[in-house]
Amino acid sequence: MEYLPNVIFVLVLAGAIGLFAKNVGKLRRNIFLGQKVDRSDQKSERWKMMGLVALGQTKMVVRPIAGFLHIIVYLGFIIINIEVLEIVLDGILGTHRLFAFLGGVYDFLIGSFEILAFLVVVSVVVFWLRRNSLKLARFVKPEMKGWPKNDANLILYIEVVLMGLFLTMNAADYQLQQMGSEHYVEAGSFPISSFIAQGLAGWSESSLILLERACWWLHIIGILSFLNYLYYSKHLHIILAFPNTWYAKLQPAGEINNLESVTQEVKMMMDPSADPFAAPAEDSGADVDDPGTFGAKDVQDLNWVQLMNAYTCTECGRCTSECPANQTGKLLSPRKIMMDTRDRLEEVGKVLDANKGEWKDDGKNLLDDYITREELWACTTCNACTQACPIGIDPLSIIVDMRRYLVMEESAAPNDLNVMMGNVENNGAPWPFNQMDRLNWANES
Amino acid sequence: MEELKIKTMADMMAAGETPEVLFWVGCAGSFDDRAKKITKAFARLLTQAEVSFAVLGTEESCTGDPAKRAGNEFLFQMQAVTNIEVMNAYEVKKVVTTCPHCFNTLKNEYPALGGNYEVMHHTTFLKQLLEEGRLKIEGGAFKGKRITFHDPCYLGRANKIFEAPRELIQKLDAELVEMKSCKTRGLCCGAGGAQMFKEPEKGNKDVNIERTEQALETQPEIIAAACPFCNTMMTDGVKNKEKEGAIKVMDVAELLDGIEDL
Ligand code: SF4
Ligand code: SF4
Repeated sequence: MEYLPNVIFVLVLAGAIGLFAKNVGKLRRNIFLGQKVDRSDQKSERWKMMGLVALGQTKMVVRPIAGFLHIIVYLGFIIINIEVLEIVLDGILGTHRLFAFLGGVYDFLIGSFEILAFLVVVSVVVFWLRRNSLKLARFVKPEMKGWPKNDANLILYIEVVLMGLFLTMNAADYQLQQMGSEHYVEAGSFPISSFIAQGLAGWSESSLILLERACWWLHIIGILSFLNYLYYSKHLHIILAFPNTWYAKLQPAGEINNLESVTQEVKMMMDPSADPFAAPAEDSGADVDDPGTFGAKDVQDLNWVQLMNAYTCTECGRCTSECPANQTGKLLSPRKIMMDTRDRLEEVGKVLDANKGEWKDDGKNLLDDYITREELWACTTCNACTQACPIGIDPLSIIVDMRRYLVMEESAAPNDLNVMMGNVENNGAPWPFNQMDRLNWANES
Repeated sequence: MEELKIKTMADMMAAGETPEVLFWVGCAGSFDDRAKKITKAFARLLTQAEVSFAVLGTEESCTGDPAKRAGNEFLFQMQAVTNIEVMNAYEVKKVVTTCPHCFNTLKNEYPALGGNYEVMHHTTFLKQLLEEGRLKIEGGAFKGKRITFHDPCYLGRANKIFEAPRELIQKLDAELVEMKSCKTRGLCCGAGGAQMFKEPEKGNKDVNIERTEQALETQPEIIAAACPFCNTMMTDGVKNKEKEGAIKVMDVAELLDGIEDL
C-alpha cells in the first residue's frame, strides 16, 4: 500500500506520455503528407533565426503590449517547467520537494516561480479582456467563431487554473511547514502564496495535507492533460514554433520559388537539341519523371513546411490585420488560409485513420471546399502577412501555389489576367503594345 | 528640353563599347505615359552623372513578374529564359532599374535560371552616385516641402531597402514625414501580385484609396514613390480625393531631376 501513490503516478504519467507520443506520431505523419522541400541549408542562419524569433520573441514585441505580456507567460511557462521536473520526480520517487537540498538557490527558485505564476495570471486576465471585453478587431474576425474562439479562451482558463493550483499547493505547504508537520521540511520561499496562506489560518493539519495533496495531483494531472490538448489546439505553437522558425524561408521575402518541374519543361521547349522522344532516365520509378500537379489543389500538393506552418499557426491574426486586402473588406484573410489548411489536413488525416493509413478520395479539396478562388485572387503578394507573423509562417506561399494550380492546371484565371498574360506572351508586355515600340520614349519629348 | 541620347546594348556592341550598367526600363517605364516621365528623369540623371549606360530597347521583354504572381510559372520562366539569353549574350554584369518588381525578379528569381547580375534599384544607385560625388543635386525646388514616402512592397519588405529613397529625399532639404504604416509595416498600394491588371475583388474600399488616405493624413505637398505602379495607384487615389491640384505624386528620381515634367 505504501507505494500505491507512486504506482498510480507512474501509470498516469506513462499514459499521458503514451497518448502524447501517439498524437506526435499523427502530427508527423500528416505533416509529411506534404511534398519534399530541402530546407537544411545555411544551418547557422537557421539556428540564429530560431534563437531570435522563437526563443527571443523578437517579432512579438513589434506590438509592445501583447508582446510584453506574452513574454511573461512564455517565461513563466519555461521556468515553471523546472518545477514540473521536481514534481514529476517527487511523484515517481515518493519524495517531497526533492530539490530542497539546494538551499538558498531553492528558495530563490520557488520564490521566482511564484512571482512568475502571479504575473502569468495577471497577463492572462489582460489577454482575456482584450479578446472578450475590448474585442480587438483581429480577435473577432469571421474565422474566429466557434472552436477557434473557445480554444483561445479555454487556454486562458486552463492557465489560470494551473497557476491557481500551484499557488494554493504552495500555500498549504507553507502552512504545514510552519506547523512543523512531519513530511513538510522547511524549504522554499513563498512571496505570493504566503498571502493565500493567511486564508488557511486555523485549518487542521489533516485538512491542509488533503488540500496540498489535492492541489499537487490536480496540478500535475492538469499539466499532463494540457500536454494532450495541444494537438487539438492553436497552443501547439509552444512546440512547433521552434522547428517552424528553423525551417522558415531565408531568401528575401520577395523571392517566389521557381518551380523546378516547369524549368525542366521550359528547357525542353527552348533547347532545340533536346530530344522530346528520349527515353526517361534509368530507374523509371513512377514519380521520377512525372512532374506531378503544378501548384496546389489540396494539402498533399503543398510542401511539408507549409503543412507544418498550418499546425504552428497561433491564430493571432497579426497577419490578417496587416493585410491590405482584408483591411479593405475583401474576403481574404491570411490567417484563414492557415486555419483552412490545418482543418483540411486534419480531415485528410481522419480519412487515413479510417482506412488503415490508405488514402481514399473523399471528394473534397483545400481549394473551393475550404479556400475560395475569390480569396486567392485578392492577394497583392505584398508580404505584409509574412512580415507580421511572429513565428515565421508564410501564408503567401500557399496562395501562390494555389494560384499556380488554378492557372496551370485549370486555366481558371480571372479574365483580365488572361488578357494580361496573353499580352506578355505575344507582345512581351502586360499591355497590348508592340514590342518594337519599346524605345519610343527616348524620342518623345 | 535637351534631347536625351539613349544608346542600346546593340549600339554599344556595334561600337565596341561596354557600358558600366544596363538600364532595365521595364514595361511600365517603356509604355505607360506617366512612367515614361520617370524613365526619362532617371536617364537624365544618369547622363548628368556621366554614367555610361545602355538599354535593351526592343530586345527587352517583360521580366515575367506579373505572370509569376498570377500563378503562371510557365510564362514567367519562358520570359526569364528569353531575357537571360539576351543579357548573357551582351555579357551584362550590372543592371539598374526604376521598377521594384523588375528589380526583385531580376535580382532574386533570375539567378537560379542562369541570370547572374548585380541588380540595383535606381534609388540605391542614385544614392551611390551622390556619395561618389558623381551626381550633384540642388535641393532648391523642394526645400522645406513636406514629402511623405510610400514604401513599395517589392523594394521595402521584399528586399529590405528602406533607407536609400529616404536619404535621397532628405538630401533635397525637404521635410520627410512618415505615414502611420511605413517601412516594414508599410501598406501596399494595391497593385502588386498582378492586381494592377484586374478588377479588385468585392470589398468596402480599394486598397489605393486606403493608402492614399494614410498619405493625406500626413498633410504632404508631395507623395514620393519609387515604383511606377505605386505611382499610378497613388495618383489615382489623389485624384479620387480631388487633391490633384494641391498634392503631386512623384518618383524619387523626378524629385532629384528637379525638372517638372508632369
Ligand atoms: S501577401 Fe497577400 S495575404 Fe499576405 S498580407 Fe499581402 S495581400 Fe494579404
Ligand atoms: S499566420 Fe502567423 S500571424 Fe497569422 S495568425 Fe498564424 S501565427 Fe498569427
